Amino acid sequence: MEQILEQYTSTKLEDVKIWFKAATVQDFPFDGGACVKYKNKQIAVFNFARLNKWYACQNVCPHKMEMVLSRGMIGDDKGTPKVACPLHKKTFSLEDGSNLTGEDFKIATYPVKIEDEIVYIGFSE
Amino acid sequence: MKTIIVVGNGMVGYKFCEKFVSAANNKGFRVIVFGEEPRPAYDRVHLSEFFENQDAKALEMAPAEWYAENAIDLIVDERVSDIQRNTKTVITAKNRVFTYDYLVLATGSSAFVPPIKGVEKEGVFVYRTIEDLEGMLAYADKLRKENPDAKAAVLGGGLLGLEAGKAVMDMGLEPHIVEFAPKLMPRQLDSRSSQVLQLKLESIGLNIHLSKATNQILGDEGKITGMEFGEDDVLNVDMLVVSAGIRPRDELGKTSGLEMGVRGGIVVNNKMQTSDENIFAIGEVALYNQMIYGLVAPGYDMAGVAVDQILGNKESLMPASIDMSTKLKLIGVDVASFGEPFMPASKGHSIIFENKTQHLYKRINVSLDGKSLLGGILVGDASDYNMLHQIYLNGMKIPEDPAQLILPATEGGSSFGDVMDLPDEAQVCSCENVTKGQICGVIESGEAKDLADVVSCTKAGTGCGGCKPMVKDITTATLKSLGIEVKDSVCEHFDYNRQDLYKIIEVKGYTTFNEVLDNHGNGGHGCELCKPLVASLMATINADTANKEYAIQDSNDRFLANIQRNGTYSVVPRVPGGEITPDKLIALGQIAKKYDLYTKVTGGVRIDLFGATLNQLPLIWKELIAHGFESGHAYGKSLRTVKTCVGSTWCRYGMAESVSFGIELENRYRGIRAPHKIKGGVSGCIRECAEARGKDFGLIAVEGGWNLYLGGNGGANPRHAELFAEQIDNETVVKYLDRYLMFYMRTAKPLQRTAAWQERLEGGLEYLKEVVIEDKLGIVEDLETEMETLVNKFECEWTQAVNDPEVMKRFNHFVNSDEEDDNIVFVPMRDQKMPEQWT
Repeated sequence: MEQILEQYTSTKLEDVKIWFKAATVQDFPFDGGACVKYKNKQIAVFNFARLNKWYACQNVCPHKMEMVLSRGMIGDDKGTPKVACPLHKKTFSLEDGSNLTGEDFKIATYPVKIEDEIVYIGFSE
Repeated sequence: MKTIIVVGNGMVGYKFCEKFVSAANNKGFRVIVFGEEPRPAYDRVHLSEFFENQDAKALEMAPAEWYAENAIDLIVDERVSDIQRNTKTVITAKNRVFTYDYLVLATGSSAFVPPIKGVEKEGVFVYRTIEDLEGMLAYADKLRKENPDAKAAVLGGGLLGLEAGKAVMDMGLEPHIVEFAPKLMPRQLDSRSSQVLQLKLESIGLNIHLSKATNQILGDEGKITGMEFGEDDVLNVDMLVVSAGIRPRDELGKTSGLEMGVRGGIVVNNKMQTSDENIFAIGEVALYNQMIYGLVAPGYDMAGVAVDQILGNKESLMPASIDMSTKLKLIGVDVASFGEPFMPASKGHSIIFENKTQHLYKRINVSLDGKSLLGGILVGDASDYNMLHQIYLNGMKIPEDPAQLILPATEGGSSFGDVMDLPDEAQVCSCENVTKGQICGVIESGEAKDLADVVSCTKAGTGCGGCKPMVKDITTATLKSLGIEVKDSVCEHFDYNRQDLYKIIEVKGYTTFNEVLDNHGNGGHGCELCKPLVASLMATINADTANKEYAIQDSNDRFLANIQRNGTYSVVPRVPGGEITPDKLIALGQIAKKYDLYTKVTGGVRIDLFGATLNQLPLIWKELIAHGFESGHAYGKSLRTVKTCVGSTWCRYGMAESVSFGIELENRYRGIRAPHKIKGGVSGCIRECAEARGKDFGLIAVEGGWNLYLGGNGGANPRHAELFAEQIDNETVVKYLDRYLMFYMRTAKPLQRTAAWQERLEGGLEYLKEVVIEDKLGIVEDLETEMETLVNKFECEWTQAVNDPEVMKRFNHFVNSDEEDDNIVFVPMRDQKMPEQWT
């Protein structure tokens, strides 16, 4: 199971080598997410329309290793943008992937950019 | 009968009508109101909201019917063009003549357009009426199609100008603000706070140009292409919104010879009387103290004074000095100023806290002796505004170190002390002129039992809304002092409980989550608690299905299925009353076989098909629907099943047709969203094979009809339903159930089953009987009508989904591939399959 998690490491903007063209802006719901396939990775991408920002993170919830975070509800925890897993409502910061419900697992996050209505996700490999 | 004619149906003109209607001694008067716009008065303060929903009705102060109900003649789309003072008549643009005893001029103001060369070009707009906005929207739409990078400028960096800037940004244009002064909001802000605000606005995408005097508007073929400030100083724009201040609409005053101000405005005294004692002027057309007051609160006060004077309450006068303090949320940024925001150093000292990294600025001005607060400015965080404003208004004592008033609160609470320390005469809501004493009064008299009641009794918080946090604090504190349990709010994003939000959505007619959050939230972005809650309320109030705004639905509602351990879903079609034909049973089996689904009979006597992937859900449902099935709503906080025994149809003991009645009830309440799931049961005799007393509503057939039991459940805390009515017929059962369920849906807490709700209901079962059977609250007709609407508007969510290609897109695991999730692993389980065990 743990090898699933090893595939996902947080990527900083300055470490991006590949901007992967994922889909168009219209493919994502307002203030919600959808899942993008990149090689053997599953990436959850969220259009946080209220903040006019986009976020990406691993689709796998580190709690029970299921590919479901893209179906989670987004919102904020005292100002921190977050996603709640649909299985057990574990919540994670979309900014840095940290766990907001007090467990000791976190998620990997990735940079997103929008150009000409196309959504790109940044990977270092 | 004396006639009052009100010219102008804006916010202040409307307020005059409202105060007239509620005045005690209004008999003997009739009111005729003229509005030149095609619609009744609307809330101009919140005009920019029109961009979000484009729903003019939502902005209305009151619907046209309100005027009729209160015997006020509202004549819209007809401008008053002349006043004949000698005959006491007015003449309209349609050449009709009306006679008055008293005339009230509430014509307001128009946008001031400076005489700049080229200002008449196409693409130049003012920002004042809904029609202006519609014109801007249409033009922006056209621009965007021709050029996705089109730019728009707003001339004027004042309060309205910045609102307009947000509006053009929302229209998808690149926004620019052009201001003549060297700072933004020159009337409210000092230059340092203006810089902080500028940083913040630039960070969200507004381009700010200060100290710019526009020489001319450049154009091509009559259309605007740019603004020229000086030689070689040009800003290319495709659209311009002029927001450079207001001018009173005082033409009627001029033509009829009333005393006028040198720079416009109709002069009034402190009775709101013009130089003609039978003619009054209120709002932005009135010149009082040599000033035009461009804020809503003083306009409302003027309306009140005019009503009082006309009805003979001669002591009611406008105060000599008018508080111009303001607090607003501008493009999501708090901005407030109160008292004397700019104070000369000779009068006192200023204490300034500035943090540009967080776009925060706070300034307070204190008297030279350090004992009183004279004024201040807040940018970025105005949460202290209400308290500071009260301290200023009431001349309250300030701490020895006044800096404590604006420094972040240290542990042990804020330095303000308690709202209850305010004097009773402290004005809490300046728009509606409500004092702390009035708020406490309606609670102490028992007239108001919660925040929503306080708001409806006193109208506090219904104007600009800035005082809402304070109204809430006072309400909470007063209720506590009376020993009344205070209801908790739903989550950090709202200061309201479920029942409050229910009333708010119902009264305001909201249709989207963002409307509710933007108008009544705490400035956040929602969460997994409040989003599904609002979705559920909308479902009850507007009869929406979960497909309407799917991103705010709980995960199961979003995908119309129940998520299971490995991220696959289970599918439960409705089988009303548990009655199913062999053909349908075979169809279920064949579909389950085709998609290799684990199959089990549920606790609610239905058939559950497990292990469907997201991509398979619509395929499965297309087949189910073709065989005559519909959604079973097993995923929703809604009616699940009505369990039945076979009853007198087959059973030798049966007293009534329990299956037929169970099917009728299940079909009646299917799809309705509630605070929590609802289950029903119908047993054909006292042996109770359907376990009806373990359900939210249960029926047991007895001699002479049905016994109705309410408020039972299984679950973690099993509870038997209580006997509510005996020996009633089918029709009465439906009547009582409609009322009971609707009352529950209106008043329960989030995720509260009927059992817990009923247990905590003050007065218990007896009270419930008084409400539902005896109509103690006089609401049963409403409850029945509301339920009837929901019943009639039922639609199967899955039928909606499979017929809409847009909705179908929701059920792809990937947005960029048709593949399925390859992470899902099943293992064999007896003769079927199950998800791999979790470690």
